[in-house]
Amino acid sequence: MGNNGTVWLPEGASTIAADIDWLFYFVYWTSALIMLLVVGGMVYLAYKYRRRDASDAPRPVKESKLLEISWVVIPTILVLLVFTWGFQSYLKMNVAPPNAYEIQATAFSWGWSFDYPNGASAGNELHVPVDRPVKINMSSEDVLHSFFIPAFRVKQDVLPDRYSSVWFEANQEGEYHLFCSEYCGTQHSEMVATVFVKSQSDFNAWLDEASAGEDLPLPELGERLYTQQSCNQCHSIDGSQKVGPSFQGIYDQERPLASGEAVVADDNYLRESIIEPNAKIAEGYPAAMPSYARLSEREINALVAFIKEQ
Amino acid sequence: MATQTQETQDVQAHGDGHGHHERLQHHFISLDQQFSSAKLGMWLFLVTELLLFSGMFVAYAVYMQWYPEAFAVASEALDWKMGFANTIVLLASSLTVALSIHFIQKGNTKAMITSLSATLGLAVVFLIVKYFEYTDKFSHGIYPGEAFNPTGSYAYLDVPNAVQYFSIYYVMTGIHAVHVIVGMLVFAWLIYRALRHHFSPEWYTPVELGGLYWHFVDLVWIFLFPLLYLL
Amino acid sequence: MSSATAAQGSPAASKAGNQGASTYLNHKKTIRSWLLTLDHKRIGVLYAVTLATVFLLAGLLALAVRAELFMPGETIMSNDAYNQTFTMHGIMMVFLFIVPSIPAILGNFVLPMQLGAKDVAFPRLNLASWYVYMIGGALVVTALLVGSVDTGWTFYTPYSSSGSVSVLYMTLAIFIAGFSSIFTGINFIVTIHKMRAPGLTWNRLPLFVWGLYATSIVMVLATPVIGITMLLLFLERILQIGIFDPALGGDPILFQHFFWFYSHPAVYIMILPAFGIISELMTAFSRQRIFGYKAIALSSVAIALLGFLVWGHHMFVSGQSAISGIVFSLITYLIGIPSGIKIFNWVATMYKGSVWLQTPMLYALSFLFLFTIGGLTGIMVGVLAVDVHLHDTYFVVGHFHYVMMGGTVIALLGGMHYWWPKITGKMYNETLGKIAAILIFIGFNTTFFPQLILGAQGMPRRYANYVEEFTFLHQVSTIGSLVLAAGLFLVLGYMVYSLFRGQKAASNPWGAATLEWTMATSPPDPHNFTRTPIVTRGPYDFHLADEVFGPQHTGDGAGDGAAPEPAVPRKTETA
Ligand code: HEA
Ligand code: HEA
Ligand code: HEC
Ligand code: CUA
Ligand SMILES: [Cu+2]
Repeated sequence: MGNNGTVWLPEGASTIAADIDWLFYFVYWTSALIMLLVVGGMVYLAYKYRRRDASDAPRPVKESKLLEISWVVIPTILVLLVFTWGFQSYLKMNVAPPNAYEIQATAFSWGWSFDYPNGASAGNELHVPVDRPVKINMSSEDVLHSFFIPAFRVKQDVLPDRYSSVWFEANQEGEYHLFCSEYCGTQHSEMVATVFVKSQSDFNAWLDEASAGEDLPLPELGERLYTQQSCNQCHSIDGSQKVGPSFQGIYDQERPLASGEAVVADDNYLRESIIEPNAKIAEGYPAAMPSYARLSEREINALVAFIKEQ
Repeated sequence: MATQTQETQDVQAHGDGHGHHERLQHHFISLDQQFSSAKLGMWLFLVTELLLFSGMFVAYAVYMQWYPEAFAVASEALDWKMGFANTIVLLASSLTVALSIHFIQKGNTKAMITSLSATLGLAVVFLIVKYFEYTDKFSHGIYPGEAFNPTGSYAYLDVPNAVQYFSIYYVMTGIHAVHVIVGMLVFAWLIYRALRHHFSPEWYTPVELGGLYWHFVDLVWIFLFPLLYLL
Repeated sequence: MSSATAAQGSPAASKAGNQGASTYLNHKKTIRSWLLTLDHKRIGVLYAVTLATVFLLAGLLALAVRAELFMPGETIMSNDAYNQTFTMHGIMMVFLFIVPSIPAILGNFVLPMQLGAKDVAFPRLNLASWYVYMIGGALVVTALLVGSVDTGWTFYTPYSSSGSVSVLYMTLAIFIAGFSSIFTGINFIVTIHKMRAPGLTWNRLPLFVWGLYATSIVMVLATPVIGITMLLLFLERILQIGIFDPALGGDPILFQHFFWFYSHPAVYIMILPAFGIISELMTAFSRQRIFGYKAIALSSVAIALLGFLVWGHHMFVSGQSAISGIVFSLITYLIGIPSGIKIFNWVATMYKGSVWLQTPMLYALSFLFLFTIGGLTGIMVGVLAVDVHLHDTYFVVGHFHYVMMGGTVIALLGGMHYWWPKITGKMYNETLGKIAAILIFIGFNTTFFPQLILGAQGMPRRYANYVEEFTFLHQVSTIGSLVLAAGLFLVLGYMVYSLFRGQKAASNPWGAATLEWTMATSPPDPHNFTRTPIVTRGPYDFHLADEVFGPQHTGDGAGDGAAPEPAVPRKTETA
């Protein structure tokens, strides 16, 4: 089972968390001891030998070789000890067990999407089964991001044009934060997803439901994608201002463009805005939207249908 | 050199340096000290230069590892004969620089000016050859970066990442060429000073330092040539 | 060149004994004589004014960062504004403030004097370094006017190669400012090798000189690499060549290697001179020879060299191979050992000494406390498996503020107080000095200790916004930063005040034994010494240093540090 966290560390909910926490606290307490020694010695000496008279002229003291050698040797031993321990845990973190359940993750500015082996997909929500090794294969669509789940004590950078991976075995059901910890621009701090650790049966149920996207009516699927693909990070549906224009009532309206022209927001324009957002930039907004060309035809239709309804 | 200045233990702190060589700066004790300081300074500067170039060599090595095939194919587009000619030119210029130092030590200012001018001339030759090389590349559509045209008249360059090779090629030879130009300015300035009889066998530090710099520029080329043209 | 200063003739000599009649500060008064000065002392002062301004601006940005983080969500600025703020804070603090700080201000002023020399080896290069620095600074300002930079101080590609054009100006600025470091480094190495006074052997060098020597080595060897990195980034942007940007076929990890190959050694550029200052302070204010002189001197050099082999510890989770991770981690720990040697030696220096708790000593003791925390947290993030959790969180932010602010800046403050009488000829107010030192110590810990906890709890860095549960610790930190700022402004206040109203300082108010105190007036003569010192003892042989106490042992340093004039050997007869 996991633990509930201490002053220093958050609750631990994966198999390696206990290991890391031990190591952390070992180094921490050793450091505290060294700190005590240094500060204690310092305060004691500063007080004991405080200046009593301006003309004090203390005689030079001979240095003790033994002392000098001891403070070279003892730290060296400590350091080697920590090193061996630290790198063994690291190796363990690096090598995923062969039977791990694999999930594909795509990071983009500024959100996550996860694809499961059975075709299910989810954005900004990572659902994983408890007590089972999970391996996440990751890549980025644009700049660097980083996959960080404090409760699992794992972190791995996500790179464009290259795969990286991370694995963990969650051992406590619950909801946890997933942060993007590599700086990636404006909404870096909003690139937060939630990890749901579920029992195997709940997980299976979720998988079935999530892959059932095929039979949802388009607008409903669109609504789901709107949060999953984090359109909601930049577009509101209530008219409030975010990074991009609100979807409220934009359908079939004249949209002024940055180029000075205007265009009617019909199905084609919406579609183009999703697949190739920089083709026409809406006036007063930055060209900050990533392309969603990776979405399936049906998903794009669903989004357009959803926007129409707003 | 300059042993007459050993007297200065109890420093003539603010004097105008009567009895001192006119080139002795006030904060040095002797010409010897001044000269060896300048030389050490120059060596340190060359160390920084070396590290500047090693950054590029590392980038070269990394991309060579990544794209060995592209590098093999692309380097064929370079004309090794021109590169070789330039190697000879630079070696010769190193020789003339060394000679100029030899001459000034002998007090022969005229010969020194001649050999400095020869060096300057050889540097010009080097740049002319470079000019032809670059324009030849451009005419075939080989530019650095996005303007690069893989299908230009070197059809065989159409391997992926040939552009990587040429990007590095232009960056390295370009920065080297900038060093050559700086060297030329230095030589022009040295010739100008020599014409005004600023140098003597007792004092010729700038010539010596200019020479060191030029040997370094030469040395970098000796590494660039085989890496870029032959490998 | 000899004309500028030497043509003045010898005013000091003619008025021998009349202290302060002609000093480097007042022998020429025009602005021009300042801007074109070749005097290392004046260049040090130019740098001091410039860098204090930069520190003030970058510090105000830090306060803005803290204000935004007072509450989750948008507090005082938008995400974009926040990103630009911490980026500018980091860039200015690192490249424009802390890298030059101690060497350019105190190194320039003190180094030649501690060597018994009249100036650094290349005075013109020295002045050039200041101008180059100013050009770099001007480009930073241009970058701000042209647009905004929001890449973080690390400029990671591909984000930095796709953002706004002002990144171009910024990279160019850093490229240029780098030369100013290189110039300083070359100058110091040559000066130390060639300009030592007669009798000043290598093992009689003051430890501040050793610190600067080690720093200079790093400056010379590492700075060109950041130069070429910035240049390549620049070329990549303007020519679209693919070196670091994966979209063009480049490798973003290569950028990180290049960047840290400079920036890790750069952290030792920042800390080694600080070590030097602490060595001076610990012995001067304990009036005891330094414990383990050789060990301290050589450990600086060891740290400088080992520092080149650990850059990969910034990349444990970036996708480098596990083997490199392991090697980098091992060497990272090894650096803890020479650092420990120093700490223990400093503490041991007080043993059987006469410890005088004046303001500079308070800073030295703060340094021991804060730097040890900073260093030990460094070891914690050096532990591979633990760093996976801590990387890019506030734990790292806490670590580097403990070493940079708690280490370098505190040492700089200590050094400024220590040499203030020498530089300005005035004493600052000792009581206010102590109050400020304590405020800074408390404010600092209140600001940054909570950040260590925040980070370990999982708070990522560079976040304009955060999840609710981190609110409390962020608020403590913000409040701490105000206390810290109050302390610093107090320092600024009484320092400036002392320039106008301060008590006149004696030549050697602390009873220190190095040449700048025993052989020169406060403020010094334009040529530092009236006679070239001949060195016959070690820098901390207080018992051999008659000058410190004077022949009759009249004592010194009573009260405010503005001692009755101890018997500094004056020039007795004019030559
Ligand atoms: C002045 C600057 C400075 C200094 C001196 C140091 C010193 C050290 N640093 Fe730090 N560091 C930074 C500035 C500095 N650092 C910065 C700016 C960053 C972040 C950059 C960024 O990402 O933005 C950083 C980041 C950083 C990381 C990367 C963290 C991450 O991003 O995940 C690591 C990892 O190993 C590290 C380690 C160390 C170590 C081991 C030391 C050692 O030198 C410390 C040695 C000192 C001691 C250990 C204390 C004294 C010793 C004793 C009392 C003896 C007993 C000790 C033992 C038994 C070990 N530092
Ligand atoms: C020298 C280095 C240095 C120094 C001194 C500081 C000082 C401070 N820093 Fe900074 N900081 C960095 C280097 C430094 N920082 C770097 C490199 C980063 C990373 C950036 C990045 O991620 O890219 C960073 C990031 C950083 C963050 C994290 C931002 C984030 O990740 O989102 C925070 C948050 O609290 C912070 C706060 C502070 C505070 C409160 C101070 C305070 O200590 C400031 C106190 C100073 C003042 C209030 C000014 C008062 C000054 C005067 C009155 C002048 C007087 C002059 C004399 C006495 C001579 N800093
Ligand atoms: C990173 C922020 C961001 C995300 C995420 C984002 N957008 Fe955008 N979007 C913008 C910005 C900024 C604009 C305005 C500039 C432009 O036209 O490209 C915009 C414009 C649009 C437009 C044109 C609107 C108009 O007024 O002309 C549509 C339609 C659109 N986005 C749909 C989507 C959909 C659907 C998603 C999710 C699948 C999405 N966006 C995700 C930032 C974003
Ligand atoms: Cu994605 Cu930060
Ligand atoms: Cu480091």
